Amino acid sequence: MIPSITELKADADDLRVARLAAAAVGLSLVDAAIPLPLPGVKPGLANIVTLLALARYGWKSAAWVSGLRVVAGSMLLGQFLAPSFFLSLAGAIFSLAALALAQYLPARWFGMVSWSLMASFAHIAGQVMLARLWLAPHDGIFRLAPVFALAALVFGVVNGFFACRLQQELFSERTPS
Amino acid sequence: MWLSFLRPGDLFLIFLALFGTALSFPILWLGGAGDRLVIRQEGAIFLEVDLQTPREISVPGPLGETRVVVEKGRARVAADPGPRQYCVRQGWLSRAGEVAICAPNRVSLVITGKDAPYDSLNY
Repeated sequence: MIPSITELKADADDLRVARLAAAAVGLSLVDAAIPLPLPGVKPGLANIVTLLALARYGWKSAAWVSGLRVVAGSMLLGQFLAPSFFLSLAGAIFSLAALALAQYLPARWFGMVSWSLMASFAHIAGQVMLARLWLAPHDGIFRLAPVFALAALVFGVVNGFFACRLQQELFSERTPS
Repeated sequence: MWLSFLRPGDLFLIFLALFGTALSFPILWLGGAGDRLVIRQEGAIFLEVDLQTPREISVPGPLGETRVVVEKGRARVAADPGPRQYCVRQGWLSRAGEVAICAPNRVSLVITGKDAPYDSLNY
């Protein structure tokens, strides 16, 4: 038997990203199980994990968590490389771009609810644009945009609150009081 | 206690998003309003008018006169000599792509707009 030459060593960073991504994948399965009237409208619970990763470990970790979640989540749902995979990929890329900017907002004025809102609106913007360019190349898709915007508003705020709450729950005991 | 998570900028962004979303409904849903009326007789354009100026138009056909009324932003067939009156019962037309056809008298009305990429009959 030939011994394996390359050996992958997972460091603490990798393990942390893997743990967070696993949580995100779990939440995206919950997401998929919630019935909602319109395709494309989803709570996006997995993005709570992305927000927490950004707040705690920085943008790079958040990007890894989000990317792994999109790929692994779509595989588990049997949607890998299907249209819905590309839609969530576009959404993830756009919201990560928004978060890249959002993290530099002054923390005194803007909290995770702002991050969540910016990310959710960027998410639907990316999805609608991809859908318009590729899946349904007709301006009629913009008729759905207000509904998507409403969903982004509601779920963005709700997920932002959840992220705040979880951050308090998970990380507050680590800071000495 | 949930409110304690909100910082001033968060509230500002929530209101901004609320405002933007509320605004997007009328902008994106009332779009497609037509701005011109095209009247055809025997398939050839009889008259093309602006929907903003109210007027009454009589279109002669083989059976008699079809009377078209234009009001602010909408138009309808007010009277037609055809036996079944379908085009009259079509009512007001206001959105791009809407049509009324008085087949017996060979008159048709179509609303056109800036963003009417297809017509509802041929699509």
